[in-house]
Amino acid sequence: MRTILYIIQKEFIQVFRNKRMLPIIFVLPIVQLLILVNAATFEMKRINVAVVDLDLSGSSRQLTSKFQGSPFYRIISAPFSYNEAEALMQKGDVDMILQIPYGFEKDLVKESRTQVQLIVNAINGASAGLINAYSTNIILDFNREILIDWLNPGKLGGIRRIMTESRYWYNPKLNYTTYMVPGILVLLVTIVALLLSGMNIVREKEIGTIEQINVTPIRKIEFIAGKLIPFWIIAMFELAFGLVIGKLLFNIPIEGSLWLIFLSAAVYLFVILGFGLLISTMTNTQQQSMLVSFFFMVVFILMSGLFTAIESMPPWAQTADLVNPLAYFIKIMRMVMLKGSSFADISQLFYALVIYAVLIISLAIWRYRKVA
Amino acid sequence: MITNIIIVKDLVKKFGSFVANDHLTFEVRKGEIFGFLGANGAGKTTAIRILCGLSFPTSGELSVAGYNVYTQREKIKQNIGYMSQKFSLYDDLTIFENIRFYAAIYGLSRKDIDNRAEILMKKLNLEDARNKLIRDIPLGWKQKLAFSVAIIHDPKIVFLDEPTGGVDPITRRQFWDMIYEAARNGITVFVTTHYMDEAEYCDRVSIMVDGRIAALDTPVALREKYQARNMNEVFLKLARAQTKEVA
Repeated sequence: MRTILYIIQKEFIQVFRNKRMLPIIFVLPIVQLLILVNAATFEMKRINVAVVDLDLSGSSRQLTSKFQGSPFYRIISAPFSYNEAEALMQKGDVDMILQIPYGFEKDLVKESRTQVQLIVNAINGASAGLINAYSTNIILDFNREILIDWLNPGKLGGIRRIMTESRYWYNPKLNYTTYMVPGILVLLVTIVALLLSGMNIVREKEIGTIEQINVTPIRKIEFIAGKLIPFWIIAMFELAFGLVIGKLLFNIPIEGSLWLIFLSAAVYLFVILGFGLLISTMTNTQQQSMLVSFFFMVVFILMSGLFTAIESMPPWAQTADLVNPLAYFIKIMRMVMLKGSSFADISQLFYALVIYAVLIISLAIWRYRKVA
Repeated sequence: MITNIIIVKDLVKKFGSFVANDHLTFEVRKGEIFGFLGANGAGKTTAIRILCGLSFPTSGELSVAGYNVYTQREKIKQNIGYMSQKFSLYDDLTIFENIRFYAAIYGLSRKDIDNRAEILMKKLNLEDARNKLIRDIPLGWKQKLAFSVAIIHDPKIVFLDEPTGGVDPITRRQFWDMIYEAARNGITVFVTTHYMDEAEYCDRVSIMVDGRIAALDTPVALREKYQARNMNEVFLKLARAQTKEVA
């Protein structure tokens, strides 16, 4: 037991003496939070629109003003020909073209049917889908209004309408930052923990000190524990640090208990650190270890539900996510931070992480060979 | 009474089809300085790693400090010290931190750690440099320190794998003084080297050529047997004989 304390002491000295490591541990998280939270957003603010109004009638203006009134759209150009609008799209200045054909109002009145054309830049499929959905809604809304107006002129509310009013729970203002911060915090502690642990034992292999340790009667479990605990402490500190920054800069809600957040993080970090040490025992150079760590990290992150909902992944991917520790912890963090979930709500996810941690650390201890 | 602290019978180590140790048989007596000589690649390091429990033998009977190499490896590790060819102290720790760390993983008590660290630094005249990082001290100091750290837990045997590689003659001489002192204190010394002059300092030497032990005796007896003026000639004669045999 005392041996472990001395290993921990040694690891801490080494981490804090490493001038290149410190910025990675303390500056990286701030930069990451600032950049990722603001950049990684799906929010459709400021959709730049070019409106080609060939009708120039009251109705066409009414439709245009509906778009103008929405906070999502910015009409940045109103060219008189479609070609001009297309040139703007080519240059990337506009995300959408709304073309109102000549005779729009006339057709609407006479034949009670008409068409408008929406052209959406779909290089990013996901946002194109959203733009399309928003725009269709606006047009439908416009359609409904004229129906009511024309069918019952003067009699306001003559036709019964079903009013739908949406309330967004847990994130009432649909604030994307609120949604992203918990996930990005997870990302942050994961990167630091995995890199620190993944490079560690392999580094001792490279410089040769592992031989000197292997020739001592030290027990494998003592050695691995001595390696795990310092990084665990650093990563927990990192999480606290990130939460403080999130609170101060983004005013993210922390609805649930902080204890629950840290308790889950404690278990989760053992999974990640165990993973890192396992990689470390199985590789021979720091480069190899980095590459392997990055491979797993990228797969885990992309499938973690951080950017895309796990529920919309194909079934095989959802099954594969059963072994993705990030998926569990991001879910827990979102539930606890945004919904204020209690332990009972997250218990299944929590126990899954406990089992994962025990398995992976046992594997790392077993895989660490004192004899080559 | 002479007791054998290391007993090796028919040790074979193969890496694939390459035979690194070809039926080695020898004994090391308690308290002696045993020189393990040979050219680079003769199989010295392979044998020493097996004796230290860092590598599995392919076959053979081995006992170190009275324990079986196959089944009691951890027991052996409590009783041996090892200084590898590769430099084994932490570059980014200070002299004192290195001593403390290694003493601690050998399970010494806090009081013992502090006491022995002080004695050791005094003996090596490193008291003023205790807070210097290892990377900032000369190689000679490092080697002497590495040796002292390898025996900080008073092992029965210490294995030294080319401990004086790349060190100047004066430091080498001092290093050998330290080895003698350790031997006087009852530690059996098992040392590999390819400096033949160092062989003269050993009580007995074995000379390895191509994975086999070509000769084993006291330096004096070997010189007589091969009618050589020094160990260097003994070694050259043995190595040439082997080459002829192969040819």
